Amino acid sequence: MVNLSLPERIRKDFPILQREVHGKPLVYLDNAASAQKPLSVIEGQREYLSNYHANIHRGAHHLAQLATEAFEGARSKIAAHIGAGSTDEIIYTGGSTDAINLIAQAWGRANLVAGDVVLVTRMEHHANIVPWQMVCAEKGARVEAVNVHKDGTLDLEDFATQLERHQPKLVGVVHASNTLGTINPAAKLCAQARAAGAVTLVDGSQALPHLGIDVQEIGCDFYVATGHKAYGPTGIGFLYGRREVLEAMPPWRGGGEMIKRVSFEGTTYNGLPHKFEAGTPHISGGIALGIALDWINGIGTADIAAHETALVQHAHSALGTLSGLRIIGTAPEKVGVVSLVVDGLHPYDLGTLLDGQGFAVRTGHHCTEPLMDHLKLESGTLRMSFAAYTTREEIDRTVIALDRAISMLR
Amino acid sequence: MSADLIASRQAEVIEEFSLFEDWMDKYEHLIELGKDVPSIDDARKTDDHLIKGCQSRVWLAADAADGSTVQFTADSDAIITKGLVGLMVRVLSGAEARAIAEADLHFLDAIGLHQHLSPTRSNGLASMVKQMRLYAAALAARQA
Repeated sequence: MVNLSLPERIRKDFPILQREVHGKPLVYLDNAASAQKPLSVIEGQREYLSNYHANIHRGAHHLAQLATEAFEGARSKIAAHIGAGSTDEIIYTGGSTDAINLIAQAWGRANLVAGDVVLVTRMEHHANIVPWQMVCAEKGARVEAVNVHKDGTLDLEDFATQLERHQPKLVGVVHASNTLGTINPAAKLCAQARAAGAVTLVDGSQALPHLGIDVQEIGCDFYVATGHKAYGPTGIGFLYGRREVLEAMPPWRGGGEMIKRVSFEGTTYNGLPHKFEAGTPHISGGIALGIALDWINGIGTADIAAHETALVQHAHSALGTLSGLRIIGTAPEKVGVVSLVVDGLHPYDLGTLLDGQGFAVRTGHHCTEPLMDHLKLESGTLRMSFAAYTTREEIDRTVIALDRAISMLR
Repeated sequence: MSADLIASRQAEVIEEFSLFEDWMDKYEHLIELGKDVPSIDDARKTDDHLIKGCQSRVWLAADAADGSTVQFTADSDAIITKGLVGLMVRVLSGAEARAIAEADLHFLDAIGLHQHLSPTRSNGLASMVKQMRLYAAALAARQA
């Protein structure tokens, strides 16, 4: 039997990969922004919408029961996938941004007081900066940031120093950087932060599609991720919270679903996880996110991670042949993200000329402006980001296309 | 008539771009066009002249010339963006302020650049067009 490579086995699962862009075969390298969807995810949503759609939890009828079972079944899949102790610890959210806003508004408003510090890193996505700035401004607290080394690794010495100096109430770290690819030592950082008395939050947006995740091993209080970067739909994600922390948190959004009893004299709230899920959720999205995790587990996170590590190494060496090109982020442990700049050329021009040749990449600051300022990359970078279906050949073709773009611009 | 001037320049651009079948050829041409953009004075490359909404930076200035016409000068730190602004300058510069403010810029559709006009596009062509019209409308109001 022929031993097929991972992409050879799975590319047929992704109908979009067959299409052309500007008359050329699509090479999709913007997976860190959003991954494409396998047929099972597409079909799963269609199946729900055409066969058993109903509102969940309340209905006395058969369809409501089917929809509830599927939606709650997906919650169990998420809990199992990240090693949560119980489905009570998994809150459906609109995505990572929504999940962090929930923590900032529910936990933050209840716990932060004037003079408090929220410690994040300089490589955070805006989603793990701005919600904290908003609640800190309201409470008279402040956000401090841990230094990032030139190679894109976190400054662990500075992390320890700032923990000691600020005694932060909460420490937020990105598990894997969307701009640099750096995988942070989440378990080690959380242990240090916990020892310093801080509540811990890990942003797993880029980790979920690429790595195996175990929240017990990481030892965090909160872990957030989004579905659409992990082969699932947009508009759905989750917040994992340790039971004790979630139970002590007041609800944020009010409305249906999150209540036990409502009266004008006083309202009592529902238990976990529903306390934090006001209103009708994204039912088809939740179900399809469960299917996306099934798809990932059908391959295995270890195989996906190994494939992407090999792609990153290949890309680093292939790109090294282009003159004036600098790779931004060379941490030893990376997810499938390669950011680069070319001396004297604007990333936007390079990205446009790649698009013209059918290559989808992202250019700009990637929602990490403080990191770009820190690295003095005023115009941002050009970012190639990989998925399980990305091939070595696609990377080779990207390097050739990039070479052509560079010579057109010089 | 300035409206005729704008119309004939658009026709010229449409014909020029009709030679290119491939996007890469269109971009190559835009890169060339960028080299001929009348340069904005370095002293005027300030936030006042910066167009918002572009991933790259674009500076644009408008000056009244010969009584009722407008001369544009511009620059950008990205080469293709500079080509786009150059194309706009070539079609509109030297026309009467009122004609620029009211111009029907169908050439952008005709040469396939309409996809660059959506507000989500990072090159900010839509913002450039809007700013050129605003400058022209302001100059027209001053001349009236």
